[in-house]
Amino acid sequence: MSALIAAAKKEGTLNVIALPPTWANYGTIISTFEKKYGITINSALPDGSSQQEVDAIKAENGSPKAPDVVDVGLAVALANTSLFAPYEVSTWSDIPAAQKDPSGLWYEDYGGYMAVGYSSKFGTITSLSQLLGPQFKNAVALNGNPTSANAALNGVMMASLAEGGSAGNIAPGVNFFAKLKAAGNFSPVEATGASIKAGTTPVVFDWDYLNLPTYVGVSDWKVFIPQNAVLGGFYAQAINKNAPHPAAARLWEEFLYSQAADGGQNLWLEGGARPVEQAAMTSDGTINTSAAAELPTVTGTPVFLTEAQSTAAAQYLAANWAKAVS
Amino acid sequence: MAVAATTRTGARPSWAGRRPSVPPWVGTVPFFGYVAVFLLWPTGIVVYEAFKNPAGRFTLSGITALGNSQVRGFFIGSFKLSLISSLIGAVLGAILAYAVASGNPDGVIRRLYLCVSGVLAQFGGVTLAFAFLVLIGPVGLLFHAGWYFSFPWGITVIYAYFQIPLMVLVFLPAIDGLKVQWREASENLGSSAWQYWRYVGGPLLLPAFLGALLLLFANALSAYATIQAWEDAIPYTVPQQIYTSMSSEVGLANINYADALALGMVVLVAIVMTGYALLQRRAARWLR
Repeated sequence: MSALIAAAKKEGTLNVIALPPTWANYGTIISTFEKKYGITINSALPDGSSQQEVDAIKAENGSPKAPDVVDVGLAVALANTSLFAPYEVSTWSDIPAAQKDPSGLWYEDYGGYMAVGYSSKFGTITSLSQLLGPQFKNAVALNGNPTSANAALNGVMMASLAEGGSAGNIAPGVNFFAKLKAAGNFSPVEATGASIKAGTTPVVFDWDYLNLPTYVGVSDWKVFIPQNAVLGGFYAQAINKNAPHPAAARLWEEFLYSQAADGGQNLWLEGGARPVEQAAMTSDGTINTSAAAELPTVTGTPVFLTEAQSTAAAQYLAANWAKAVS
Repeated sequence: MAVAATTRTGARPSWAGRRPSVPPWVGTVPFFGYVAVFLLWPTGIVVYEAFKNPAGRFTLSGITALGNSQVRGFFIGSFKLSLISSLIGAVLGAILAYAVASGNPDGVIRRLYLCVSGVLAQFGGVTLAFAFLVLIGPVGLLFHAGWYFSFPWGITVIYAYFQIPLMVLVFLPAIDGLKVQWREASENLGSSAWQYWRYVGGPLLLPAFLGALLLLFANALSAYATIQAWEDAIPYTVPQQIYTSMSSEVGLANINYADALALGMVVLVAIVMTGYALLQRRAARWLR
């Protein structure tokens, strides 16, 4: 470890990409790492998408500006393993087996459950069918277009689970949004922190860590996870195999998977994201319990989409989404 | 005296007699070079890539995808939006340009209109969509327009905001070209206002009007940022679908499909331009 720190300090720089400072506490994570190791972080394209991250690895290959590490959706990680270098962090055994590549090419980092956030002017919402009511005109929004944004695809899938669909069948979710659209309740704008603050998207389907009142900064914001529609989604870390700063890249991963009070796992949790080592940290007491208590409660067994299920859902959306909602 | 010296044949600078003879086309090299690098080359790449699959093999699947009903819907959406917004922009812009032209040519009003039009014709993208969202969106400051999210009318109103000023800018010179004497001549010959516009003013302006309409059409067809910021979750137009096929993070990214869509847009523009050329030939008959 000390050899790695010395090598990383010698490189002095780390290139990261598509890490919004307000997303999953990345602002604090970046500044904590910089202070702790005296390494400068170049944060490129903070609002970029997962695909843009791997595109940058390809486009900038060999350049000193190429991303050293990426934080991508699972589908993008699985499709691009040839770009990554295998690495196992020292807390490797605390990552559940289903959430990492056995050879260490990628490893899930943080995530959460799909949740419905809403303005408390609507009272209390406990089920999705309430959203079809007339008081929700132009109110219900996704985080983007489900054929392109992962969070939006999962929003539709969560609706599917709540409407009797399954991880292998997203059609009931598409039908739910067609009904919302027909009722005039579906707002096609992309839900963001800004749109929630401005009040243009008073009901938002998004990951719980992006939907917490503390995250969106709206005090009368509420969030719930529909019963029997607990859909989990995690992002994954990977190291560029031609990283311009290979040691700093590995030190960054060690930092992100550190279970210390100021390590990445607890910092993600403080940002409302569920860290991948949460179960192990809960049992050995290294978890920040007050941060863990702020997350919405879950009833039912969490569902995680397999690669095949997620591909099938995307294919179904590619053929049916535009027709169903336009 | 220097001036006298240069006019004397014997005193011409020595290089003048040895000026190399340059073929006349050399002067066009920068223009064609520019066109080749920024238009022909990218178009060539789009056409070439449209016939490949992500593995680099030749395929027609991107092209055949253009025939499926959903993709046809995106092209119809793009065409509808471009046609409606360019017609509205062209008609209203032409009327406004006429109103401006009939005022004092050196007046404050004219300068103000030109200046404002110059600014607003460039006002588009996220800022424009955001301005409308704040004013007449779901929680608009002014009011909430029920049609705000309807396609194509909601987005047409937003597009009109830059189409009309653009029309004023490109059409005003044509109206300025109408000589007041022509109007006086036709009135002296006993024509009514309608007859003047039907037989004199209209035919004179029609070629310029059609040209401006085509410009507005292409302007709307290629617009992407505005409609994407207006709404994001429902794809209505080809540029939105191209974005999805380039950046999908759910595994639907397919650059060759994006190229096929772009090729479809090239074909659409080619069809529109052919129609324009035929109309223009008819409209400009009196010029020949």
